[in-house]
Amino acid sequence: MKHTLSVLLQNKPGVLSRVTGLFSGRGFNIESLCVAETLDPTVSCMTVVSKGDVGVIEQITKQLHKLIDVIKVTDLSDVPFVEREMVLLRVKAEASTRAEVLRVIDIFRGKVVDVSARSYAIEVTGSASKIEAVIDILRPIGIKEIVRTGVITMARASKNK
Amino acid sequence: MAKITGAEAVVRCLQEEGVKIIFGYPGGAVIDLYDALMDCDITNVLVRHEQAAVHAADGFARVTGEVGVALLTSGPGATNGVTGIATAYCDSIPMVVLTGQVPRALIGNDAFQEVDIVGITRPCTKHNYLVGNLDDLVPTLREAFHVARSGRPGPVLVDLPKDLIASRLTFPDKAPVKMANYQPNYKPHPVQVEKACRKMIEARQPVLYVGGGVILSDASRELTELALSLKIPVTMTLMGLGAFPGTHQLSMGMLGMHGTYTANMAVAESDLLIAVGARFDDRVTGKLSDFATKAEIIHIDIDPTSISKNVKVDVPIVADCKNALRAINSWYASHSEIDLAAAATRLEPWYRQIDQWKERHPLSYTDDPEIIKPQYVVEELCRQTGGEAIISTEVGQNQMWAAQFYTFNHPRHWLTSGGLGTMGYGLPAAIGAQMAFPGRTVIDIAGDGSIQMNIQELATARQYHCPVKVAILNNNYLGMVRQWQELFYDRRYASTTMDIIPDFVDLARAFGAVGLRATRRSEVEPVIREALATDNVVLMDFKIEKEEGVYPMVPAGKATTEMLLV
Ligand SMILES: Cc1ncc(C[n+]2csc(CCOP(=O)(O)OP(=O)(O)O)c2C)c(N)n1
Ligand SMILES: [Mg+2]
Repeated sequence: MKHTLSVLLQNKPGVLSRVTGLFSGRGFNIESLCVAETLDPTVSCMTVVSKGDVGVIEQITKQLHKLIDVIKVTDLSDVPFVEREMVLLRVKAEASTRAEVLRVIDIFRGKVVDVSARSYAIEVTGSASKIEAVIDILRPIGIKEIVRTGVITMARASKNK
Repeated sequence: MAKITGAEAVVRCLQEEGVKIIFGYPGGAVIDLYDALMDCDITNVLVRHEQAAVHAADGFARVTGEVGVALLTSGPGATNGVTGIATAYCDSIPMVVLTGQVPRALIGNDAFQEVDIVGITRPCTKHNYLVGNLDDLVPTLREAFHVARSGRPGPVLVDLPKDLIASRLTFPDKAPVKMANYQPNYKPHPVQVEKACRKMIEARQPVLYVGGGVILSDASRELTELALSLKIPVTMTLMGLGAFPGTHQLSMGMLGMHGTYTANMAVAESDLLIAVGARFDDRVTGKLSDFATKAEIIHIDIDPTSISKNVKVDVPIVADCKNALRAINSWYASHSEIDLAAAATRLEPWYRQIDQWKERHPLSYTDDPEIIKPQYVVEELCRQTGGEAIISTEVGQNQMWAAQFYTFNHPRHWLTSGGLGTMGYGLPAAIGAQMAFPGRTVIDIAGDGSIQMNIQELATARQYHCPVKVAILNNNYLGMVRQWQELFYDRRYASTTMDIIPDFVDLARAFGAVGLRATRRSEVEPVIREALATDNVVLMDFKIEKEEGVYPMVPAGKATTEMLLV
């Protein structure tokens, strides 16, 4: 099962390697990982997507929590949350397929961010499954290059907030 | 306030923490620190190899319960210490390791004797720091001691760049360490405590499974009180030996791979396993799917990651062992309507079963009138010291025979590398223990292979008048590996024989220590007597039965009930 963990940590040198070292050292898997500063510049927020059964995810959560520099760990599987990822794609755009590519981008509310004679660079934002979908559809047309950011998330506000 | 150097500030921090003895080895990056140490009341024990400095600090910490301190230079000094740090980490020993680092301006430039020791030790320290700003120096050191000794203890490394140690600063006033994101949970949840208490008086075949956590939290008294008032049989892990008196009727001895028949059978048959400060290590559980299948499990541990890691737990209690046991004991005290003595009568059939196991397969060996059996040597050491000595061990068969045949009645008398199994641990650990308690008898029960790993420390022992005794159970083999080869590799003794080993008696003399040898059983008793009466370092070379095995033995991966017996 895929789990998305949101981790608040001290924004200090070496903290990222403590986290990744923990994952590699204990054989936990990382599907994607995103990290950046929060409003408070001394604190970073990391979103980790990992796979494992309930026991494994529980161990990951506890082990993360045990790191001295980790402030808070939330398993987003337990709460409603919004998830976004961005992908940059370079897609073949020959005369015969240009229109088709634009149509697909439009459906996925993507943007063309760079154009050349033979290709478009496209930006699409959405949930991880939307990103998968756009990739699947464009693959037969010809994807030359792909860069994904990994997932970032935010828990939904409870109704009375 | 007058400014002092960074090095002087480090010394002052050590004094603030009550440190009197540290273990270390100098070098370019820490000259300033050693210079500052000359003008204070802290003794630096100058070892002969940095690994030994860390093991000695570890031994010191295990016998005293205080934070052990080691001081190493940058580069090779620091890397030599890594095995010691990992050893302490695996056994949760409170320790602060100070390492020198190249000046800040050179870090990352492959400077002379530069290594990224913070990177190297990240997975084998509880936490570590590279001090980057002068203002952080004192707060970091205070934090390091706090982290090392609180919660589940462990080694903390602080890397100190040379230029920073040479700079001047104003020593900040003592302030309590505040760490918002590090707050170990010491107090047990009362609901969980009550649940556990009710289960313990209902169980018909309960077993207390006691680990090193009880020693670390100084909870022996509370544990003993619980076991005695509920009359629950006790088994201890390798790390837990001494937490409960080994000579008591309720003690079943050690469990696990080389545990007693009784302890392993009792765990297998138990209907309630009460794990206290233990972590269900594979050497204890054997084949996981067959471990304690009939039991509900209560698990007391301060580290939440230990709970339900290997074995699913029914009643978890995340707390300091001492606090949890106190809460449990006082729950019974406040429920005086429960007659514990009367309740214990329900356990009569369980005791009868346990007595049967003890009778059928006690720990035993086949003694010999001529040849020295290692078990006999350990028994004789135990007899002549009244079971009161501080015992350290090396690793291998010697370690297991020591665990099986020396009977411990007190905590903090047993120093062994349980988690990492580090050969070469015993002698430096014994020195650390002897530095802490100069008047006590400290014995390293050693193997001929392991002792060669840190034999150079005989010089340290001599220099600091530590009259440690080393009892080498000399089988001329890397015996434990040989035993596996005998049992599982068709007796192919690949690389487990050392054709050349030193003459240990001559070797002892070369260090100015005393060397004694016994080659026949009748010589064992007088050799030990003479060693114990000698106010010097003594190396005893016991030429034992070469192919003696450690039994019982649970083959790796097998259920703990599938023991090979003598
Ligand atoms: C540093 C280190 N290297 C290798 C091992 C693997 N090992 C475990 S026991 C053992 C044999 C130890 O031989 P010796 O000290 O003579 O003890 P004996 O088993 O013969 O009593 C070895 C090589 C280890 N535990 N530690
Ligand atoms: Mg040997």
